Order: sequence, then C-alpha cells, then structure tokens
Amino acid sequence: MGVTTNGSETGADLELIRVTKDFGTFTAVDDLTLTIPSGSFFALLGPSGCGKTTTLRMVAGLERPSAGQIRIGGKDITATKAYQRPVNTVFQSYALFPHLTVLENVAFGLRRSGAKDALAKAGNGLDLVELRHLADRKPSQLSGGQQQRVALARALVNNPAVLLLDEPLGALDLKLRRQMQVELKRIQTEVGLTFVHVTHDQEEAMTMADTVAVMNAGRVEQMGPPAELYELPRTAFVANFLGQSNLLAGTVVEQGEVLGVDVAGTRIQVPAARAVSHAGSVLVGVRPEKVMILTERDPLPPGCNVLGPGTVVDVSFSGVSTQYQVMLPGLGTFGVFVQNLVGGATVAWGDTVRLAWQAGFTFGLDGGDDVSSGALELDGVA
Amino acid sequence: MSIAAALSQGAEEGPVGGAPAAAATKPARSGAYLMLLPGLAYLVVFFVLPVFSLLATSLYVPAPGGDIGQFVPAFHWQNYVTSLQEFWPQTVRSFVFALIATIAALVIGYPIAYVIAVRARGRTFLQGMLLVLLVAPFFTSFILRTIAWRQILADDSFVVHAMKWLHLLPSDGRLTATAFAVVAGLTYNFLPFMALPIYASLERMDSRLLEAGGDLYANGPTTFWRVTLPLSMPGVVSGTLLTFIPASGDYVNAVLLGNPTSTAMVGQIIDSRFFVVNDYPTASVLSVVLMVAILILVGLYVRRAGTEDLL
Repeated sequence: MGVTTNGSETGADLELIRVTKDFGTFTAVDDLTLTIPSGSFFALLGPSGCGKTTTLRMVAGLERPSAGQIRIGGKDITATKAYQRPVNTVFQSYALFPHLTVLENVAFGLRRSGAKDALAKAGNGLDLVELRHLADRKPSQLSGGQQQRVALARALVNNPAVLLLDEPLGALDLKLRRQMQVELKRIQTEVGLTFVHVTHDQEEAMTMADTVAVMNAGRVEQMGPPAELYELPRTAFVANFLGQSNLLAGTVVEQGEVLGVDVAGTRIQVPAARAVSHAGSVLVGVRPEKVMILTERDPLPPGCNVLGPGTVVDVSFSGVSTQYQVMLPGLGTFGVFVQNLVGGATVAWGDTVRLAWQAGFTFGLDGGDDVSSGALELDGVA
Repeated sequence: MSIAAALSQGAEEGPVGGAPAAAATKPARSGAYLMLLPGLAYLVVFFVLPVFSLLATSLYVPAPGGDIGQFVPAFHWQNYVTSLQEFWPQTVRSFVFALIATIAALVIGYPIAYVIAVRARGRTFLQGMLLVLLVAPFFTSFILRTIAWRQILADDSFVVHAMKWLHLLPSDGRLTATAFAVVAGLTYNFLPFMALPIYASLERMDSRLLEAGGDLYANGPTTFWRVTLPLSMPGVVSGTLLTFIPASGDYVNAVLLGNPTSTAMVGQIIDSRFFVVNDYPTASVLSVVLMVAILILVGLYVRRAGTEDLL
C-alpha cells in the first residue's frame, strides 16, 4: 500500500438520513436515505440534474442540506464545515492549484492536517498514480489524464474516511477513460477506502462500483450490485437508463408463481418474483441480448415467451454483435442484440421473423411507469 | 504552409532566402516595421531627447556673470553632491510617504477588490455597480478631489471632530498641513490603481479552487493565505507598482494637503526649483535621482516578487 494513514476514521460507514436540498423552489435532492458501507466502491448514477452532484457536495460540506442528517461512522457531521470533515473530493475540473507544483498540490491537505513528512507522503501518493517523475512540474504543464491522476493522489494521500469522485473521468477521451476506470478500481482495492463516485455514464458505474444507486429527480430509483440492477430493474427509468430494454404494456390475466400477462393478445409469462406489481396493468420487459430471432423454419424453444411475426427494419453490425430492430405490428419496435457467433448477420432487412426469450428473463414493472423515461439519456449501445 | 511557418522560414533564411514563401513575406515584414516609425519618431522626440537633455542639464553650471536662470553646459557632477546634501530629506520622505500610501492602499484596496471579484461573483449588476463606484472618482479632476480633501481634513470638519471625540487626536491637534494629510491624500488618489489590477486577477481565479482548499482541510483564513493571495499576486504586484511609482513623484498632495517644510516631497522641490528659483540643474539632478531610485527599487521588488514564478 502506497499511502500511509494519518489517523482519520478509515472504516466508517457514510449515512445520509432523510436528506433534502432545495434551491429556491427546485428540490435537487428529495428525502434521500442511503447507507454506504465502509470500504465499498459506491456509484451514484443518473442523468444531469438528478441531484447526484448535489448529494456529493453535501457530503463534502460544500452545500448545506435543507433538511436531514449526514453521518460518518455514526458521528453527525451535518453542521460541520468542509475543512473539518474526514472527506476528500476529486473535482470534475480537478481544481489543482496552479501556483503550486504537483508535489505541493498533493502535500496541501497533509500540511493542513499537520501530518509529519508531508512531502514524503505526497511523494508516495504520486507513486500510487505513477507520476513521481512529474513532481516538480506545474499543473498547467500536465496533460488532462495526468492532472486527473494528480487530483486523485491529492485526495487519496489524506486517507479520508470517504473519497468523493465527481465525474472524475468526464473530461478524458474514451480510451483514457477506460484505462482510468481500471486504474481507479485497482487503487480502490489497494487502499481500501470508501469511494463514492458520481457519474452519468452507466457503463462507468457498472464497471467500477460494487453498489450502484440510480438517481432520478432527486430520489434513488433503485440501488444494488450492477448485475442485479441490470438483470432485474424495478422501474422503467432504471430499465432504460442502465443499458437498454424492450418494454411492453399489458394486463395481468393470470396470478400464481408465474404471472400471465396479456400483451396485445399475446400471453407473456413473468415470474412473480421478478414483477413489481402482480395485478392490473403492468409493463413487461426484457433485455435485447436475451432475445433470440427465429425465422419461419425454426422450431419454438420450450419455456419461452414468443412475439411475432414481425419485420426486420434495421440491422447494424458492430463487430462483436449485431443489433436488429424488429417491427412488431401493434406493439412497436423491438431491439435485439445477437452475438456474432457464426459470422455475419443471420437475418436480413425486410425478413419476417419471430422473437423468443426464456420466460425467466422477463421482468415486470408497474404499469404506471413511463415507458420512455430514462431512455433519452442513452448514449449508444450498451 | 502556415503563415507562422512561412514567417519563421523567412526569418531563418534572411534576405538571401530563395524560397518563394520567404520572398512573399518580405514586403509584409518591412511593412510592419514601417508602421512602427511614427511611434518610434514620437518616442525619440518626446522621450529620448528630453531624457538626454535632462541628464545634460543636471551637469550645467551657472553662466559666469550671467543672470538668474542662465546656465552653460559643463560636466559638473558635483551638482549631484550639493543637491542631495541639501534635499536628501525631501527625497527620502517622498519614498517613505509613497511606501506608507502604497501599503495603506493595499490594505484598503485588497478587500474592495476581493468583495467585487469574489463575493459579488455571479451577481453581475452588483458587480457592475461596485466597479462604477470604484472608478467614479475618475470622473472628477485629480486636483479638485485633492482640494476637496482640504475641506474633509479642515480643523472644523466632522472628521477632525470625530477623531477628537474618540481621542485619536489631541484636543489641540489638527490634520491640515500634516504628514498624515499628505499620505491620506496619496492613498485616496491612487486607491483605484491598486484595487483594479487586484480585482482583475481575483476575477480570473477559479472559485472551485477555494472549494478545493476547504476540501483539503484549509479553513477560510488558511485558504485565503495559501490559495487566494498567491493567485492574486500578479494583481498585487502591478497594483503596488501603479501606486508607488506615481506616488513617489507626486507633488499635488504635498502642495495642497501638506506644509512647505515638514511634509515637502521631492516633486514639490523639483517644481519650485524649476519654476520659482529657475535653478534648472538642481531640478534636473533631483529628477534623475528620483527616476533612477524608482528604477532600482522597482527592479528589486519585481525580482523579489518574481511574477513569472507566481503563475
């Protein structure tokens, strides 16, 4: 481990209890309750304006909650100032001090907290991000990626109880971002600190975090491990914002272990355990990569929900997989991802096909959810 | 080829350059120098020649048997010794007054600049109003404003009454014609020259750096000392120069607010030597001394403040 402790409360849970933040008449964060266990890599994911950055700033002490309490290790820190909190932030803009060298930037917090050998510890911090050789440079002489790593080192060396990352990779290009995702995860594992990472990039959140909280309009829509959120979204917003989903409106016509849902005349089976509501109007959903494309000649596999026939209206080949859009009369367009196992597309534009998927992959959402909520923020193929 | 590349190539190859690009840029370059000529001519006539004339005059001797104000060219460097022997108190006083006024203007001007640039940030109207208030004095003449200060500091003014009531001034004390009045006038008159450059550098400062300071365990005063102040140093350096240099040569404040003996500044002496006594060599000597002293002081200061090291 490259960072020595300076005695702050490592291993303390971060708790937000009924926290609300109003800016005038706008409620940025609405009655939020969260517990982030110590040592975890926690991601706050959501579109811009969902309140995730405001939440982070309240934890950092840069904004004061309108109501509620923030605790670290059981201690109420709501009323304390930023400089009194055992919390450090990696700012989106990095906010490196332009008049100080890289080493002095990293040593800034150590000097303020009166650590012995601030410079030596800062040097170790630079080792952790592999920038020791640039210690004497000014921030303006570094590339964006290097500045980002200095900002990370500057926060890490203080060994805070919670490290806050505010869209830290937002300003980096795609390739560097992927590289930094891996590096951040490695560093978090190495130092064992609690990381709270704010991002609007769902892939970034899923790649790095142990736990993801999807935020929308000041509230947490759903929270859990990335795979769980992805496989079993509980709201239309999560289903659309995290990856892509095919959502269809229907009505529950059969109760039991497996619900029977009537979708425009077709019976769709949804395991009751995977459904949010068990009666009345519901949304049934399935992820595009779970869906198989069947031609007229293919036999229907057992235990499957089947839709169709429909027409292939779009085929886009992306190397690893092929994305199809299938127009189902009366139901709309259905997205399908097919792994490119056999080489080339299996069906062509204009073909008549049926769609099938294992009933167990279906999830059920509340019928009152907006089918398209969260879908606008999609950036490309999941 | 880019224009910059073409220019640099032209510069390397000089007049014998055979490349068409170099040849093409030649007329453009001589054109640029031609455009400098009016400015250069102006500076030669109105700056370089007068400075030589000043240096020469400082070494002149009185014309033998001549009238008052008649001098002949000479190389009488002893003028410097005799002038300084007579007027060193006024010369030193000028720098002391200028230094005190500069420090006072910094102490008063920095908070003003800070409030406008940092506290009022984002409130455009308030910021604009405060800036207008700061430069409003420029709408009135420098002389008029200084004369107004005579009223402000007069024996029966509210300022004097208030200071006596607070026992800041003995009951028989006065402000008119004192060193305090002169320094106060200098401070007041040069305050905008101090505040505006500081405002400019604070305005450029990223306020997220202050948040970063707080995030890294620095409380308000520490963040100011470690982040805000260093980042505003370029403004502080130019503000102090813009105050100190004109204040050390100023004579309006000394004449209007001071007395002829104990508060006289070197500018006042130069003025009276030149226009009243017609002692041109002494006036020139003091001018040269003032100029050289300012150059040396400013040179040392800038070197020490090391602006290039600050950002």
